[in-house]
Amino acid sequence: MAKITFITRDQQAITLEASSGSVMELAVQNSVSGIDGDCGGVCSCATCHVHVAPKDVSKIGAPSEIEQDMLELDDNANEYSRLCCQMEISEELDGIVLNVAH
Amino acid sequence: MSHTTAAQQTCIVIGASHGGVNVAFSLRKEGWKGRIILIDRDPNYPYHRPPLSKTYLLNERDPQKILLKPVPSYLEQDITLHLGVEVSQIDKEQHVVTLSDGSTLHYDKLVLALGARPIIPPIAGIDTASNLFAVRTLADIDGIRNTIKVIEKPRAVIIGGGYIGLETAASLTKIGVEVTVLEREDRLLARVTTPYMSEFFNTLHSQHGVAIHTGKNVTSINQENSTSWVQCSDGSQYSADVIIVGVGIKVNQELAQEAGLHVDNGIVVDTCARTSDEHIYAVGDCTYHHNPLYDRYVRLESVQNAVDQAKVVAAAITKKQPSYNAIPWFWSDQYDIKLQMVGLSAGHNTIITRHEPDASGHKFSVWYFLNERLLAVDTVNHAKAYVLATKIIKGAIKIDQNTLMDEQVDLTLEHLINANTDS
Repeated sequence: MAKITFITRDQQAITLEASSGSVMELAVQNSVSGIDGDCGGVCSCATCHVHVAPKDVSKIGAPSEIEQDMLELDDNANEYSRLCCQMEISEELDGIVLNVAH
Repeated sequence: MSHTTAAQQTCIVIGASHGGVNVAFSLRKEGWKGRIILIDRDPNYPYHRPPLSKTYLLNERDPQKILLKPVPSYLEQDITLHLGVEVSQIDKEQHVVTLSDGSTLHYDKLVLALGARPIIPPIAGIDTASNLFAVRTLADIDGIRNTIKVIEKPRAVIIGGGYIGLETAASLTKIGVEVTVLEREDRLLARVTTPYMSEFFNTLHSQHGVAIHTGKNVTSINQENSTSWVQCSDGSQYSADVIIVGVGIKVNQELAQEAGLHVDNGIVVDTCARTSDEHIYAVGDCTYHHNPLYDRYVRLESVQNAVDQAKVVAAAITKKQPSYNAIPWFWSDQYDIKLQMVGLSAGHNTIITRHEPDASGHKFSVWYFLNERLLAVDTVNHAKAYVLATKIIKGAIKIDQNTLMDEQVDLTLEHLINANTDS
């Protein structure tokens, strides 16, 4: 089990628990505002953009080349940006905080 | 006309796929206080369609995994679902829709997200073939899966070498099905892409063991016990345990046509996705709309178009003044190949194909220009080029074609523009 906290643009903190699936799926299943996942989770639409809390960056591996490139679509991207459809939930992610980019 | 308060108004959305569902949820986001009724003939909770030919066919057995929205969210957002029901008539004078069970519903605003249906070509025996499926609904995929799972070495014949046919070929091959693709034109993807790309996908599929036959005009399907024979006009025939048809779609526009709405290669809508009736809107595959960037009317078959138009409709119904102005984009995943496309290539007069050094040898992009202007780009395993092209098209940025052609020069906006200023 991993507890993951999403902070939406209106500063609502939502903590959710899961043991598998992608972080995007978890957010969509719980209607986290700002995470759309329009392409269904195949890194094609960039509508699941989050900023990882700096303290948690080390817990999450680096984005793949394609994810890194897709993030460039968004002017709001920075060094903490990830597309959360590409983040698989595991114990490692327990306690992370993600700021929803939109 | 009776006067109702905002909270008493009803918006009916016909069609609960990407377009319709996004209309419903976006309406709430935009502050619509009235009722929202979402109707679809498909009995399943609304789901993503792109994974049907890909992950769902490949390994997903749980439809819950591909739902567009979680089941409780409809209740939370006060969206009433009528699933497994068809709309048989729209009366735009009385603001009433009639359902197939004879019941009627009143609307203040109506949204048509009618989508499209697979074309079933007039081939002898096609109507009676029990092992023949399209690739459009969950039921189609479940039908394919159920047919092949009882056969030890299943053989599939796919009629049509477009994106749907090829994605299905890739998925079926991965799960051990012997796949034959029969394409009528002399190359794959003939309607939608360049000969270069066609050749690439032909080689890719052949390398994965798919038998690709182009120039094949299927004339009949004959049943022999549990095996079907797919017969072509040149006398060749192919045996199949399952037959899949992916030869294009037909817009579901009849309901709109019978209601007296303006229809022309789809339901004609204006910049805020409104039809010729001021209380009726339309979104997605079924619309024929003007694209300002390319200054022409288009009908698009894509998730992007459905979702973006849905947001426009929700804004328009809640009295904002949106204007649909999105760059079309598409994607297709086959094996380890990610194809991403942005823009509309129709009308191009120059094509530049550019390869990047990559271990797989499968990283390249095809750039379509009309003289100096970039119209569209297809990229294979090259998201950087896709993103760059999106920015160039959106900003109408002029780039240097010679620099683009030079594969020694890194692909960056700076390089493409600077070369331009120097020259």
